[in-house]
Amino acid sequence: MADSSYYVPESSRHPVLASIGMFVMLFGLGMIMNHSEADGSMTGPIVVCSVGFVFFAYVLWQWFSDVIRENHQGLTSLQLKDSYAMGMSWFIFSEVMFFAAFFGALFYVRSFVVPWLGGEGDKASSHLLWSDFRAMWPPMSNPDNTLYPAMTGVVHWNEIPLINTVLLLASSVTVHFSHHALLHDERSKFQAWLGITILLGAVFVYYQAAEYEHAWNDLSITLNSGIYGSTFYMLTGFHGLHVTLGAFMLLVMLLRSFKGHFTKDDHFGFAAASWYWHFVDVVWVGLFLFVYIL
Amino acid sequence: MSSTAVGAEHHDHGPAKGLKRWLYTTNHKDIGTMYLVLSFVMFLYGGAFAMGIRLELFEPGIQYFSPEKYNQMITMHGLIMVFGAVMPAFVGLANWMIPLQIGAPDMALPRMNNWSFWILPFAFSMLSMTTFMDGGAPNFGWTFYAPLSTTYAPPSTTFFIFAVHMMGISSIMGAINVIVTIFNMRAPGMTWMKMPLFVWTWLITAFLLIAAMPVLAGAVTMMLFDIHLGTSFFDAAGGGDPVLFQHIFWFFGHPEVYIMILPAFGVVSAILPAFARKPLFGYTSMVWAVASIALLSFIVWAHHMFLVGMPLVAELFFMYATMLIAIPTGIKVFNWMATLYQGSITFETPMLFALAFLVLFTCGGLSGLMLSIGPADFQYHDTYFVVAHFHYVLVPGAVFAIMAGAYYWLPKWTGHMYDERLGKIHFWLSFISINVTFFPQHFLGLAGMPRRIPDYALMFSDFNMMSSIGGLTYGVSQLLFVYIIIKCVRGGEKASEKPWDGAEGLEWTVPSPAPYHTFSTPPKVD
Amino acid sequence: MRILSFLALALYASTGFADWQLNMPQGVTSSSNEIYDLHQLILWICAVIGLLVTAGIGYCLIKFRKSKGAVPAKWDENLFAEVTWTVIPTIILVLMAIPASKTLANLYDTSNSEVDILVTGYQWKWQYEYIDEEVGFFSNMSTPRDQIEGDAEKGEHYLLEVDEPMVVPVGKKIRLLLTAKDVIHSWWIPEFGVKKDAVPGFINESWMVIDEPGVYRGQCTELCGKDHGFMPVVVHAVSEQEYDAWVAGKKEIAAQAALASMKTYSKDELMAEGEAVYMRTCAACHQANGTGIPAAGFPSLIGSPLIEGDVAGHIDIVLNGKPATAMQAFAAQLNDVELAAVVTYERNAWGNDKGDVVQPADVAAMRAEKE
Ligand code: HEA
Ligand code: HEA
Ligand code: HEC
Ligand code: CUA
Ligand SMILES: [Cu+2]
Repeated sequence: MADSSYYVPESSRHPVLASIGMFVMLFGLGMIMNHSEADGSMTGPIVVCSVGFVFFAYVLWQWFSDVIRENHQGLTSLQLKDSYAMGMSWFIFSEVMFFAAFFGALFYVRSFVVPWLGGEGDKASSHLLWSDFRAMWPPMSNPDNTLYPAMTGVVHWNEIPLINTVLLLASSVTVHFSHHALLHDERSKFQAWLGITILLGAVFVYYQAAEYEHAWNDLSITLNSGIYGSTFYMLTGFHGLHVTLGAFMLLVMLLRSFKGHFTKDDHFGFAAASWYWHFVDVVWVGLFLFVYIL
Repeated sequence: MSSTAVGAEHHDHGPAKGLKRWLYTTNHKDIGTMYLVLSFVMFLYGGAFAMGIRLELFEPGIQYFSPEKYNQMITMHGLIMVFGAVMPAFVGLANWMIPLQIGAPDMALPRMNNWSFWILPFAFSMLSMTTFMDGGAPNFGWTFYAPLSTTYAPPSTTFFIFAVHMMGISSIMGAINVIVTIFNMRAPGMTWMKMPLFVWTWLITAFLLIAAMPVLAGAVTMMLFDIHLGTSFFDAAGGGDPVLFQHIFWFFGHPEVYIMILPAFGVVSAILPAFARKPLFGYTSMVWAVASIALLSFIVWAHHMFLVGMPLVAELFFMYATMLIAIPTGIKVFNWMATLYQGSITFETPMLFALAFLVLFTCGGLSGLMLSIGPADFQYHDTYFVVAHFHYVLVPGAVFAIMAGAYYWLPKWTGHMYDERLGKIHFWLSFISINVTFFPQHFLGLAGMPRRIPDYALMFSDFNMMSSIGGLTYGVSQLLFVYIIIKCVRGGEKASEKPWDGAEGLEWTVPSPAPYHTFSTPPKVD
Repeated sequence: MRILSFLALALYASTGFADWQLNMPQGVTSSSNEIYDLHQLILWICAVIGLLVTAGIGYCLIKFRKSKGAVPAKWDENLFAEVTWTVIPTIILVLMAIPASKTLANLYDTSNSEVDILVTGYQWKWQYEYIDEEVGFFSNMSTPRDQIEGDAEKGEHYLLEVDEPMVVPVGKKIRLLLTAKDVIHSWWIPEFGVKKDAVPGFINESWMVIDEPGVYRGQCTELCGKDHGFMPVVVHAVSEQEYDAWVAGKKEIAAQAALASMKTYSKDELMAEGEAVYMRTCAACHQANGTGIPAAGFPSLIGSPLIEGDVAGHIDIVLNGKPATAMQAFAAQLNDVELAAVVTYERNAWGNDKGDVVQPADVAAMRAEKE
């Protein structure tokens, strides 16, 4: 299992600096959010948040550069590579649980809360408080339409979402091809498939934005339009964010490949990004089923 | 060169000097030490809030703190103790001991390890800063139920949410590190069923962390959206439900309480055999018991919610599932007893704490079992009976186990023996005062005193006074612990490689204090 | 050992001893009795197990000390023992689960009720509405502030007394419909064995049949903000005749209040009534001297914008509250006379010398406008 030369990296200033960056960024974000309710100037908070973000991103950049450099110097043992791979898998598992919380919320609301408020099931008497509300999914009105103005239409699964499903599924296949090509040392094929994958991801994000625009402006589905809008934007929004991040990771891998990184048996960075991409894809399938179709 | 391959060239590579050593370190022992120090500081900090609580409850009437301050105190007390004191203490022990116990040179991902740690001081700074913000610190209890924590919360809640996010990130990274270390870094021959129980319990705890913390992150994110972006997850007017928050919170919250107890089981499983001089009874079933507790912990969450008006079937399901946990836990308790049986027992301080753990944790577990009986919980819920339950499992449970572990491994960490006489005094003071603090709270709860109130009806006066006296005594006794530790770090009788004659495990094969880099060539385990 | 003596005390306690109340009250409803019996059962089981475990450990500690020359055995397994201590606890659990399930099913059966009461939790008071009788009122804690702050001797029912208790007949099945207007509260009377969360936007149900007349006291048991500790529940259980008389009296008072709102009042009358209403209803947040607790989000009313502004804005916020803040709508809580009085009071107290007087008719007009 273990080989005889363990690898322990030299002490590093990245972790502390990254923590500081994270702190400043989040503190600034908190200031922005809390400020948005008063009428004072927002410049200060925005500056704090941006400085924190840039610094944080810079430190991470340095950190990853170090890791890559060490690998190229041959310091990364096989065992450490295994550690990286396992670490990435468990990180993805934690992301799965993060989405599970939102999916759980969606299921609970659909199967229990909305029926109860509409006068069905175990807490049917709650309907007394909202006598005008009728239970259905998606809910075309809210228990209190003055606080939460109702939406006027629903998004149809067979329009943009279907296209997006095809795009994302295809991208999962292309990233697999690209991996395959890399394993066969076919660099240009590898880069081509990877490029296509990123493109598909970008088109996905573009369509997602278009769909948001349509939902928000034409259908009045907003964050404030009741529980459908809440779950819809929470799930698709965080998914979209993950797609963006995943595409960014793949893009970095593409750029690295132009610099000559990755060989057929040493390409953890790329592998990790592609796992992440598959994960994002699987989440989408869940979304497509439970948010759009059913 | 920016890194070293330990073993080949730099055999005796020692620590850097000064502050940088701690800021930039990648060494599991340094990081473990930092975690332990942080957790102890947090214990005093959270304990100071507890002292405030007990002071206010010393007699009826509002004495020292206004009701809104009181609510802020219980919230900060709960949050700081859970996330700041107990969890980091166990991570500290994990950092120190897991590599030593499995024969690894360090944790698998040393830089990330340091990051996990350094996020925490910033997270707790952010949490503490809320005290000075408009509307004061969070005041909705450590369980932060919506809508008290959303629509009706002070503005500082935004920062509280980000602090929780940071703690979550730290815990998840810490847990990933533990899992990867255990999977990937064991010395040759250290097979799964040879791993010390502390390693096993931590492996399973790490799994709980990775599965539960993201759900907490999801919960606070939904809060953030409800507060600032107009969503209605927890508001019936928009088709949401405040109880949804509780479901999500407790899906995290119940595994969380086992996160705080499973490593304690591991520590006790190391100490009892050492001082009974007899191998741990039923190793295999111990491992299975921990695994079943962990799995069950994901399907029992709603026992905290028996009164929210769930359907009857749900109520029954969660009641039965919760009761089941008594079986594996019972197996553990009985196995520990069997370990003592026909041993050759001595009573050094770690053993005393471990024995107190055994008795008092059982006490707390049994009151937990009473709480799990749904209809009975209709009377117990949100009274001091619950407060008594969870302090029994948390203070003489988790905290005693941490202290037992600290005394047990201090010689290995510092190279010195602690002062045994003071240690015993610390134990007896703690043991007596903790019972004086929390045992009367059972009676208070049964007699009808609700929790989270700054003032109470006159019939509760006597027991509250007793509890306060116990609490303040316990608090002061911990200052003795501070002194013992400092004294032991400074000097004292030299500790041998293996100061406890009954102790087993790889950590006792290296010198005391353990050298900065251990196992640069993997030990052979047979 | 100390723990043993404590356990012994607990057992002793469970036989219902002493004026220090140590155990759960047996109560005055069939539910509370059932819960009490169940509690006794599990308490005894757990106490006995706890004692056995402690005794077992104590035995080992005495018998197998190294100082007494004990030599450690080598074994570390025994299948029979392990099976035993898996199976026996399982059986005990089943024995506990059976009565527990029965009791639970019973507690959930709210059918065939004779009196239905809608209980609504507010920060920090209860509203009781008798659904069939069209009677409704609020119930505020009546313990004076100076008792709480230690400036006066604490009364017998310190913190457990209200201005208007809920009144119910004995011997009838009463169904409670519980909800809340702001945050989650929880309604509890230990003697009834009834505790249930009041969740805003939802209605939970619970029921009771009270066997004996009397005054029963409990508290809110879900953290609901600043005055969570000052939100008592008091119930008067009375005979059926007394209950009917009480209902009739309530209706009479309501009719008179309607008449009273037609009158015009002098400023002194309004100020006197206003002060009473203010202390009862508003002082919890805005404080007796009007300064509020700005640090906790409750604004000062001294020279505050809405009070400095015209009367309409002031009446409006009191009548309709401000959504999504602790400032609740008082339209349903106070009648026109009380509202007029409290607004007049606020405009003229603590140096707010606006000098204007608001009459019930003004409030009625704003109410009508809203509808
Ligand atoms: C370390 C932390 C810890 C641990 C280990 C436990 C362990 C258990 N807890 Fe506890 N619990 C908390 C921390 C913990 N709890 C906290 C913090 C809260 C309150 C949160 C809040 O609201 O703020 C809480 C609240 C809580 C409630 C909710 C009460 C309420 O709010 O109304 C319930 C209800 O079921 C419960 C049950 C249990 C059970 C059944 C166990 C079981 O795991 C116990 C199992 C152990 C034993 C049973 C003893 C040993 C067994 C034997 C000797 C075998 C023989 C026994 C029999 C067969 C009877 N706990
Ligand atoms: C691991 C967790 C943990 C630990 C260790 C403790 C430790 C203690 N707890 Fe706490 N407690 C909780 C977790 C914990 N608690 C939780 C989760 C809640 C629920 C919160 C909620 O309702 O939301 C709670 C609630 C709670 C309450 C109920 C409040 C209420 O409902 O109104 C009480 C009341 O007695 C209490 C008391 C104590 C005491 C006396 C200790 C003692 O063990 C503390 C020991 C004290 C010290 C170690 C202090 C040493 C310091 C000094 C002597 C002062 C020195 C001063 C400086 C350094 C500045 N706790
Ligand atoms: C549960 C707490 C609570 C109670 C009880 C309460 N208020 Fe308020 N009140 C508030 C809060 C919070 C605000 C601030 C709302 C905001 O603007 O955010 C407020 C605002 C006001 C204002 C507006 C102040 C200004 O100029 O901005 C007036 C007037 C007022 N309350 C009067 C009353 C009266 C009269 C009563 C009793 C009949 C009362 N309040 C009871 C919490 C309360
Ligand atoms: Cu209402 Cu607590
Ligand atoms: Cu639990």
